[in-house]
Amino acid sequence: MTRYYTEDHEWIDVDGDSATVGITDYAQSQLGDIVFAEVPAPGAELKKGGDAAVVESVKAASDVYAPVSGTVTEGNDALEGDPALVNTDPEGEGWFFKLTLSDTSELASLMDADAYKAFVEAL
Amino acid sequence: MRYLPLTNTDRQAMLAVIGAKSIDDLFVDVPAEAQLAGPIAGLPNHASEMAVERHFSDLARKNMAASHHPFFLGCGAYKHHVPASVDHIIQRGEFLTAYTPYQPEIAQGTLQMLFEFQTQVARLFGCDVANASMYDGSTACWEAIGMAGRITKRHKAVLSSGLHPHYVSVARTMAKYTGDTLDAALPTLSPTTDSARLLDAIDGETSCVVVQYPDILGRIEDLSAIAAKAHEHGALLIAVVTEPVALGAIKAPGEMGADIVVGEGQSLGVGLQFGGPYVGLFACKEKFVRQMPGRLCGETVDAEGKRGFVLTLSTREQHIRREKATSNICTNSGLCALAFSIHMTLLGEKGLRGLAQANHALAVQAADRLTQIPGVELVNDSFFNEFTLRLPKEAQPVVRALAEKKVLGGVSLGRLYPKATDLENGLVVAVTETSSAEDIETFATALKEILS
Amino acid sequence: MSVLNQSGWKPEMGPSGDTKPATFTGNRALMLEEALIFEIGTTDTTGVDLPEVGGVASRLGGLERNRTIGLPGLSEPETVRHYTRLSRQNYAIDLGFFPLGSCTMKHNPRLNEKVARMAGFADVHPLQPVETVQGALAVINELAVWLIELTGMHGVAMTPKAGAHGELCGILAIKAALEARGDPRSVILVPESAHGTNPATAAFAGFSVENIPATSEGRVDLDALKARLGPDVAGVMITNPNTCGLFERDMKAISDAVHAAGGYVYCDGANFNAIVGRVRPGDLGIDAMHINLHKTFSTPHGGGGPGSGPVVLSEALSPYGPLPFTERHADGRYSLVEEETVGERHPHSFGRMTAFHGQMGMFTRALSYIMSHGADGLRQVAEDAVLNANYILRSLEGTMDAPFAHSGPCMHEALFSDNGLADGFTTLDIAKGLIDEGYHPMTVYFPLVVHGAMLIEPTETESKATLDQFIGAMRSVVQRAKAGDPSLKSAPHHAPRRRLDETLAARKPMLVWHETEEAVAAE
Repeated sequence: MTRYYTEDHEWIDVDGDSATVGITDYAQSQLGDIVFAEVPAPGAELKKGGDAAVVESVKAASDVYAPVSGTVTEGNDALEGDPALVNTDPEGEGWFFKLTLSDTSELASLMDADAYKAFVEAL
Repeated sequence: MRYLPLTNTDRQAMLAVIGAKSIDDLFVDVPAEAQLAGPIAGLPNHASEMAVERHFSDLARKNMAASHHPFFLGCGAYKHHVPASVDHIIQRGEFLTAYTPYQPEIAQGTLQMLFEFQTQVARLFGCDVANASMYDGSTACWEAIGMAGRITKRHKAVLSSGLHPHYVSVARTMAKYTGDTLDAALPTLSPTTDSARLLDAIDGETSCVVVQYPDILGRIEDLSAIAAKAHEHGALLIAVVTEPVALGAIKAPGEMGADIVVGEGQSLGVGLQFGGPYVGLFACKEKFVRQMPGRLCGETVDAEGKRGFVLTLSTREQHIRREKATSNICTNSGLCALAFSIHMTLLGEKGLRGLAQANHALAVQAADRLTQIPGVELVNDSFFNEFTLRLPKEAQPVVRALAEKKVLGGVSLGRLYPKATDLENGLVVAVTETSSAEDIETFATALKEILS
Repeated sequence: MSVLNQSGWKPEMGPSGDTKPATFTGNRALMLEEALIFEIGTTDTTGVDLPEVGGVASRLGGLERNRTIGLPGLSEPETVRHYTRLSRQNYAIDLGFFPLGSCTMKHNPRLNEKVARMAGFADVHPLQPVETVQGALAVINELAVWLIELTGMHGVAMTPKAGAHGELCGILAIKAALEARGDPRSVILVPESAHGTNPATAAFAGFSVENIPATSEGRVDLDALKARLGPDVAGVMITNPNTCGLFERDMKAISDAVHAAGGYVYCDGANFNAIVGRVRPGDLGIDAMHINLHKTFSTPHGGGGPGSGPVVLSEALSPYGPLPFTERHADGRYSLVEEETVGERHPHSFGRMTAFHGQMGMFTRALSYIMSHGADGLRQVAEDAVLNANYILRSLEGTMDAPFAHSGPCMHEALFSDNGLADGFTTLDIAKGLIDEGYHPMTVYFPLVVHGAMLIEPTETESKATLDQFIGAMRSVVQRAKAGDPSLKSAPHHAPRRRLDETLAARKPMLVWHETEEAVAAE
């Protein structure tokens, strides 16, 4: 399993052609207390860079983009009852959705952990 | 200029601090050609309090005030007695001159009032939750249609012919630009509404059915069958209440399955005011709360654990979500919501039921009396405080003739539906607790004279 | 001597430096706690006496409401006390300085309240025959004339219920004008510093919204705007003076460029107070602008409305304005042009925006204010508002970061940022510190183009003494934030409530009172 990152602060764990997506620890720390998350329904077709989910803090709402194209297989329903998971475990239990990749070559444009760390430090 | 505290000495001292020679230096960014050299020509200069008051007194005298004459108009705005304490409280500066409660630590008065208001509206309508108010009933009605579209992801709304024609017009204006389709129809002078048409029209494309209760002619009908059919097809039922006092006597729309209930709250606490400002009421089932437009007040605690209230779920709103907001609404109708809430608190359930009973009883008496006039027929057998009469001739000139006799005798359907000749003999009469038996008699006598 | 102090009453000051003891009630003298009506009222209590009406057979169609509604009542004395106690937990203009940027919290004259309550205006039904409401129509018409003259525009739509509703009116007029000429343009350009209502409104009307960049001065980048104009651009929405408190110097050039490209210019008139009587938007090429009567023309904000947002329109857009409107005839009579009377004279109207005829109660108040000031007074209003704002800007720019102080004088409001505060200290802390000083905080975190924005709009109805004291308080609070005073992080300390948990409110929304709480309270 390999983890990639985007410049929009999403992470994606890829295992073959299936993947899990969430937002990074840096993203959750910038947003503050997460009060609501809306995740896509299974079957939703996502396009790389398109709107995939919504995450809200008290005074801000942000769209979560699809890091790659694919079909949603599962949304994290636990976030509905406990949106704080995004704060407490953003890169684990606070995942947003799982999908089946339609084009694994899109992964080439994403960052690895070191590159993302450098990207965040430069912000 | 009594509202301006700065003296010329102040102004000079302040300009010196700023480092400007004259006030003109502060307007340097305005291009010279757009600057006016002096006060706009042709407009009067400042006036004393006495002079302004005199001007308004003169104009006010040219209007026939509802409380000075026998009065029977309704159709979306109702004359009820507003207790004196309501107007006293809303004129307290701490309510009147406060802003939207963005700083909750110093706005708990407004916030607690809104929390109480939301609860009162939700209970009155038989819904789970309500918002902190909209502009008025007509705009709340459109917002409900828009909300149903967001929830169902469908864009065909079916409108009852009993929906207030101004509300239909507002929805038409907005639908033109949002791409929603409205299935609407004109009412007929019949004792029953067009619920059969609505039941036929609901299909898998329908986002919502919109039914006014009581309707524009004053008719009341059970909404349960329409709710059931709508839900069967994945559509929502929106009920519109323009006379909230009715809900002290008849079942709440929420009890009959309505998903969203909106209304005009003017009847309680807010005067007629020639049409505005009024207060839009907006309530719905809890599961739809994130799709609601407008401000919401919620309960929480402060840093010491004391109960307090804040505006919440703000991410639905324009100041955060911008082009993705649920509505562009910013200001609501806070002070009118306060008036509504105070009046409702004064009434309580006991008072509301008593008020509703008085309205209904007087309306029944008026209907019986007016239908004794030869040629005058009652259109609807069931009603709350408003019913429609079929006159033997066109109603609009009759209303004018009544006004000449100093009776404000209802709303002619010709005023509301100018091109519908089938409706031109219709006269909608509203009777509230402010109509005395004597008023009803004066009205009946005048109407008889005009019709004979 | 006679009897020595028979009652035993000997006033004394007591020892100083006592810690404040908790009270049984939770009240602190004049700071009174107040329960909810659901906790203190009952469904059997009422504060009204109703007329005796003889019983009649019900004709409710079998729909009687039999179940309990759950609406508690209070007697009149309890009601007056409940709301009076609540009122005292509110900050208000009547109590003190309210420098909320872009909101124009000026004094609300009570004459306005008095005239609005005259029976001839307050107690008139919107559907009365027009012959019986000539005075009400005259008020609408007189106000309309004033608004047209003050803005140098061609017409005015009076019905919009608030500023955002007015924006919608202007944008729909633009859409209708484009449709009438068969030109389906789809893009509205909006500066990043715009009020959130602008993009929300344009999006609602089916336009896509694109941002226009600003210059380092905080004004619209004219070259970037010109580069973006084209056959797909329906228009621009520009706030002038803008939300950075600056006049858009290039406004006329912007309008000319937009018109040359076939688009229309919408101006957000939220900040009209800065220029009223000195500059007419019509002279700057504006096609539509809403006027918040509750800002510039002093109608009360009422804790969040009601507002009123008439929209002045250019000659090009006037034919598309909404119904209804008033018309004055040569003989001095007024008529109301509604759907049934519109005929061929206004066939291009985009339609109706609201039931009835707009916010009459706000029209009387605004006209009362306008007549009181007159043309000369209104000009003085703009000048004093701008003078007060510049006085604050120049008095505080040494203490606080003012990102656009170099761009020239500000207009009606001064913009500062959180730059320079100690680590971990934010604009929110400054706001809460000001609450303890007895002020309503300025607008915070808006406009979005400045980090930790603080937008201060003093208005013209504040005296120099008030401004001087505020400047002193602001310097003190900012110094504490720069020094990292931990007590500021937990401010306010002296308000009816400490900081409220907004996260809890949003994660577990409690929007209405629940019976379960009643049951708990009863135990």
